[in-house]
Amino acid sequence: MSNALLSARGLVLRFGRIAALDGVDLDIWPGEVVAIVGESGSGKTTLLRALSGLVRPEAGSVTYAGQDVLAMGEAARRDLMRREWGFVHQNPRDGLRMGVSAGGNIGERLMAVGARHYGNIRAEATAWLQRVEIDPDRLDALPRTFSGGMQQRLQIARTLVTRPRLVFMDEPTGGLDVSVQARLLDLIRALVAELGLAVLIVTHDIAAARLLAHRIVVMRHGRVVEEGLTDRVLDDPQHPYTQLLVASVLAA
Amino acid sequence: MYVATKGGEQAIGAAHAWLAETRRGDAALPEIAARQIEEQLGLAVDRVMAEGSCHDRGLAALAVKQARGDLIEAAFLLRAYRTTLPRFGASAPLDTGAMHIRRRISATYKDLPGGQVLGPTFDYTHRLLDFRLAAAGLPPEPAPEAEPDPAPTPRVTELLAQDGLMQREEPGEAEPGDLTREPLRFPADRPVRLQALARGDEGFLLGLGYSTQRGYGNAHPFVGEIRVGEVAVEFTPPELGFAIELGDIGVTECQMVNQFKGSRTEPPQFTRGYGLVFGHGERKAMAMALVDRALRAEELGEEATAPAQQPEFVLYHCDNVEATGFVEHLKLPHYVDFQSELENVRTMRAAATKAAAE
Amino acid sequence: MTRDPGYNFAYLDESTKRMIRRAILKGVAIPGHQVPFGAREMPLPYGWGTGGIQVTAAVIGPADVLKVIDQGADDTTNAVSIRAFFRRVAGVATTERTAEATVIQTRHRIPERALTENQILVYQVPMPEPLFRLEARIAETKRMHALADYGLMHVKLYEDIARHGHIATSYNYPVMVNGRYLMSPSPIPAFDNPKMDRMPALQLFGAGREKRIYAVPPYTSVRSLDFEDHPFRPIRAPHACTLCGARDSYLDEVLTDDRGGRIFVCSDTDHCAERQASREAAE
Repeated sequence: MSNALLSARGLVLRFGRIAALDGVDLDIWPGEVVAIVGESGSGKTTLLRALSGLVRPEAGSVTYAGQDVLAMGEAARRDLMRREWGFVHQNPRDGLRMGVSAGGNIGERLMAVGARHYGNIRAEATAWLQRVEIDPDRLDALPRTFSGGMQQRLQIARTLVTRPRLVFMDEPTGGLDVSVQARLLDLIRALVAELGLAVLIVTHDIAAARLLAHRIVVMRHGRVVEEGLTDRVLDDPQHPYTQLLVASVLAA
Repeated sequence: MYVATKGGEQAIGAAHAWLAETRRGDAALPEIAARQIEEQLGLAVDRVMAEGSCHDRGLAALAVKQARGDLIEAAFLLRAYRTTLPRFGASAPLDTGAMHIRRRISATYKDLPGGQVLGPTFDYTHRLLDFRLAAAGLPPEPAPEAEPDPAPTPRVTELLAQDGLMQREEPGEAEPGDLTREPLRFPADRPVRLQALARGDEGFLLGLGYSTQRGYGNAHPFVGEIRVGEVAVEFTPPELGFAIELGDIGVTECQMVNQFKGSRTEPPQFTRGYGLVFGHGERKAMAMALVDRALRAEELGEEATAPAQQPEFVLYHCDNVEATGFVEHLKLPHYVDFQSELENVRTMRAAATKAAAE
Repeated sequence: MTRDPGYNFAYLDESTKRMIRRAILKGVAIPGHQVPFGAREMPLPYGWGTGGIQVTAAVIGPADVLKVIDQGADDTTNAVSIRAFFRRVAGVATTERTAEATVIQTRHRIPERALTENQILVYQVPMPEPLFRLEARIAETKRMHALADYGLMHVKLYEDIARHGHIATSYNYPVMVNGRYLMSPSPIPAFDNPKMDRMPALQLFGAGREKRIYAVPPYTSVRSLDFEDHPFRPIRAPHACTLCGARDSYLDEVLTDDRGGRIFVCSDTDHCAERQASREAAE
């Protein structure tokens, strides 16, 4: 516990009568990929937003590398977001500037942490486009001319360019065609392994969780109903709800 | 007690009589003549003419008098009259380059052929109430007169275009559409957009134009030129086959020069926003030019995110006669609709109360 | 020059002037930070320099000598009008000589002659927010300033270079003040930006319509944003002034006919006149 990268204890958040988070505990260790699964409305996206400081829980604590995230000022939290964390949104429009070129999108994070050499920024952006399998000739193209899969890969490049330690991903393959999803998952898996990132990924796609995650957390009605190593949870689910989730995938 | 009167003919008659009496005001004071309004409230008359889209200062002045100075009401009166006039055809495009100029300024060049002509402007007056105007007095000292400059006054945008710095506007082949005969259709082409803006409400366009300057839309405008004056209207009657001059009309034209668009492949160039209104209406012509340029976002490959860049939003809402009609119609009886809403809300409240009790 | 007795000295009442001076002091204490102030309706329209006029009115005293320029020139209509306004309501001496002025109100230029510790330069500012084209919501830009979160501005400059090969901003070129606040220098040509850096004169900025005042104290660092490999480059027309021959001053282009004829003359009329006079004296 003491060397967990991010720890949450007793998170509670209610929207009216609905408990989106009802006493959630969670740890993630350096280099570990954790998938949060559950159906829509189970509280998984809210958990991601609470952990990354986007919403404030009513009770509980979040600690990152020994710092109390909820007690931090906004300046410190933004700095953390720029340097140590990354966030990949389900909809690339939320994570990209659609009116700014691909190079500018990638370069923004570099410039936010002090890069001031245009040539170097461009070289780094070009290298990252190649890494996410986008033709470097598209460096000056606007993301709105990209396909959905390319936009998502661009968002990943933009997020990873500053080599964060912890990346939050909210349904990164949601809304994409199945064939595009598979390619994107492969890319994420390769990059995560290569960079040794810790990733907290929210998904309702059990297959994606199996491919990417070391560990799975199952949520229902704002609570964690089961967690464990990916293979154990998926091959030998203990909680009836997990059994249902896994069975519905197998049936599909 | 207030009761719903049906057939309130008598009430309406009385209201109209009261309106006439109120319009006249204190009978001990001399009645204002339409000619006086035309001469002494000329800018109000011009605005009514522009928004009423009917170039007739005398009728516009009469409308201002009849509307008790409510300029939207006056524009409405003028439009209602205009609609009764037969349409002979379309004039040739006005040649504002050959305008008989009363005022001509450029903000982009300190001096230029034809010079800067300030004309009768408020621009550099100090806005201190002049109490001398409160009392009737002698006419003011005549303004000093200068010999008119015989040199031609070329348009600034043309000077830029000669250098290849200003995008050329392609002259259209077809006769432009007529909004007073055909409804708006989208996508609306530029002639139709300009027509709608020329008739549009000054205040609405002013607010929209202003918003583009404050970051809601990507404007980098310069006033290339504003010119005010008289320009000849030419018309070719089919039976003659050649153009004849029908007379002169007063107009205000504004050409906004906007900072270059351009890319690695396309050389940078200025693009224009255009405003033209009847009479002397600089504020309106300028606002129109800003909004015209904003509405070209799509054509010029710009991201359209701001209200002023949305053609439907702008064109459907800029007409003050339409807008005032729909807003003010809320004063009409809506008893029947409201009764059904009332029943609806009562039912829902009852259901909610019942659910809470369970 | 006697002033109009119907108005308080310099038009504004004393408590309004004190309010403006407090905003100015705060601005001086936090260089480049925009201080909201209760701008008053002025007898000139918004956009004509109401912010600059209020700042001038708050700092000017009976012994001051005022110079007003617009586009660098004393004879432009708006400069003439504002100068006449202060003559009327403050009765102060006015001048067209940069060297003689103690307060200089300007729109769109910094005089060519280096200013001194004994002078105050008052800028008329249409849009005080340097980020407004990138983020129109003031609540959001305030947060960005508070957090010194200026990545967006750098992205804009990056995009300029990617699209045009150079930074395509030629006026109102954003500056960093004292290494902390991003600031609009007002729509002066980028050519003038270097004059702001460590200027001995106090620089005050007034935005009437947007109701903000900001300041650069004497000898404060003012750096134009750029990249290491694309350094800031001030632009001027590559010509000599037709009247005085200057090759280092900012030039206006004057069209002489509609067949492409044009000349270039100093935009700073005092600077040009001074150079012409010394040339004649030498001859």
